[in-house]
Amino acid sequence: MNAETPRAEKGRAPDIFERGGWMTMREFGLDEEVDFAIVGSGAGGATLACKLAESGFSVLVLEAGPFWRPLEDFASDELEQQKLYWTDERIIGGDNPIALGGNNSGRGVGGSTVHFSMVSLRFRPEWFQCRSLLGYGFDWPITYEEIAPFYDEAEAALRISGPVNYPWGPKRKRYPYREHEVSASGLVLARGAERLGVAWAATPLATVSAPAGKSPPCVYRGFCNFGCSTNAKQSALVAWIPRAIRAGAEVRDMAMVGRIETGAHGRVTGLHVQRRGRWHFQRAKNVVVAGYAIETPRLLLNSACPQFPQGLANSSGLVGTHLTTHAGPGVWATFDEEIRWYKGPPNIAVCEHWNYTDEGKDCHGAYAFMSQGPLPRAWAQNVATARYLWGDALRHEMMKYNHMAGLVPVAETEPRLQNRVELADETDQYGLRIPRVIFSYSDNDQRLQRHAVDFMWQMLEAAGGRDLWTSDDTSHILGTCRMGSSPESSVVNADGRSWDIPNLWICDGSLFPTCGGVNPSLTIQALALRIGARIREMAGRGEL
Amino acid sequence: MKTPYPHYDVLAKWASPSFDDTTRAVLTQRLVAIPTRRFFTEAEWTLLEAIVARVLPQADRAEPIPITPWIDDALARGRSEGFRHDNMPTMPVAWRRGLAAIDAEARRLHGKDFIALDDAARDAVLTAIEHDEVDAALWQGLPAQRFFIDILVKTAAGVYYAHPAAWSEIGFGGPASPRGYVRLGADARDAWEAKEER
Repeated sequence: MNAETPRAEKGRAPDIFERGGWMTMREFGLDEEVDFAIVGSGAGGATLACKLAESGFSVLVLEAGPFWRPLEDFASDELEQQKLYWTDERIIGGDNPIALGGNNSGRGVGGSTVHFSMVSLRFRPEWFQCRSLLGYGFDWPITYEEIAPFYDEAEAALRISGPVNYPWGPKRKRYPYREHEVSASGLVLARGAERLGVAWAATPLATVSAPAGKSPPCVYRGFCNFGCSTNAKQSALVAWIPRAIRAGAEVRDMAMVGRIETGAHGRVTGLHVQRRGRWHFQRAKNVVVAGYAIETPRLLLNSACPQFPQGLANSSGLVGTHLTTHAGPGVWATFDEEIRWYKGPPNIAVCEHWNYTDEGKDCHGAYAFMSQGPLPRAWAQNVATARYLWGDALRHEMMKYNHMAGLVPVAETEPRLQNRVELADETDQYGLRIPRVIFSYSDNDQRLQRHAVDFMWQMLEAAGGRDLWTSDDTSHILGTCRMGSSPESSVVNADGRSWDIPNLWICDGSLFPTCGGVNPSLTIQALALRIGARIREMAGRGEL
Repeated sequence: MKTPYPHYDVLAKWASPSFDDTTRAVLTQRLVAIPTRRFFTEAEWTLLEAIVARVLPQADRAEPIPITPWIDDALARGRSEGFRHDNMPTMPVAWRRGLAAIDAEARRLHGKDFIALDDAARDAVLTAIEHDEVDAALWQGLPAQRFFIDILVKTAAGVYYAHPAAWSEIGFGGPASPRGYVRLGADARDAWEAKEER
């Protein structure tokens, strides 16, 4: 059966743990006013859907892409698995245009967590008060202490496999599952770190190291960034979606939301949704936008109406602005020994030294860096575009594949007004204006990357690498609808609630006022859990 | 071209626990169902074949990995990476314009069509484009270096290294579901991985 036609209908949804399996799913009528209609089913949307459904709200999740069954839909193949990415046309610009598509997007139930690297790190506590404590970026409207219980909850739900003693951050509970074996590519980082005198750790990962429910332990097949075919990975599709459906949520797949409708009293009333080539209107008491940091501002801007001519939730003019990404300049080296970096989770070892050390930098900001494990197609494309290698030179270089190791940072970029998502005049297959994503590095961003490259270069040399070279890349898109403490300086408040429209919410990486030096998925999920808990409290007090 | 893994064939694992039905179905399509020309003109196809033969030379292979058919197929199906630079036209326009410009550069530099040149002259044309040493008028606003590296070479490399024959040549383990791997350390190898001849 073709996953590109809706599967979740007629009262049932795919059971992801069975080939051809189904589970019972509640369905809402178009005229049924659901408590929450959530646009997007990734780290933000799926997590919140689960939390709200388990609190007794009626919840409908709308997902533009398919509802996968990994056991039967996911091949061990890079090219086939490009189907996991959002590849609708987008335009990129600025001095340092960000590659989109496979890099930082997901299309399908579970969103980009279906192909994420599973790196599950907490923000450094000070980053929540970045401006006040560290002198750059913006303060978040919440503190680490406020989000910490929800980090605990997310780590427990995702059965994070991590080390007994994690070297950085506040004292913490043990990770729920034991760490994964560090493969040869990670041991390169470990050896280099020990020679440079900095700490390293087995990366806390959202793939299980022992059985968990219907998830078998990870078998180290190494295709993590192309979808996990065994369900060891605790993606949103595995961790939250079945729970949400069991709690009564509907997940409507292959359903693209084109516009949020606004009613007479300045509140939103529902969503215009395309499914099977036809538009329908779904009524909702509350709308949550969770489409990640490009589609979320795009939908708000595309929903402009006479009452809100510059788009919804946009009286501040900030929707789409202050886009951040993680700079990921890679350093690569050849080793005498066989590394065979295609085995195991690709980012199996991590160094957060420069997230927690402020002295010794000529710039603001922070970065973690990790060991790497690119598969051949992605690796060849990196080699070709970074070094302009083609012809026999490319084939020769690729013969070293099993002797390569490398390090790539998740390096913070500054939130700046001019880095933004806006609407282009061109329209897509739904007739919706497509996004233009504009990005340029600041001087500080460039200095931080030079610092990272210098340090990783030293580490690879210390580990015994030779013939070093560098490449450029980015990962993650964040911050285009930031949360904050006032309607003038932010799009939503600390609960993800629009300052302008009280029944419109945002719950995804768009909320991040600053992006920190770690992968965002754990923080997005912790935020979603917190927003879910806050909504439940507010509902109890009649404040919705 | 000498591979360090002369005795390794990833497809020998076809019936092993490293392959599952989903992967076998996908690879059968890739190995057997080579698409026929739908997007390019016959002349464009021939020109692209000649360019690709320099970007990924396969004189050592009795059966070269097909590249042009898959580029044509993606364009015919309107597939893209999901983004384009604001100074780039849409993919179909970029490919047509880019191929015409490469041919025009061949005539400017060597007075002949690209396919009429020998390998050394073909490489010289492509090297000039790689260095952006082009007559901009021939490119109608298309950024030459970006088209060549970020679209043509990147796409061709992506097709070549998605083929099992390329996996065998570089010693990649290939499909690995459901079995995965056991030995993860340096110089450690499961029995079902490529053995390097040193």
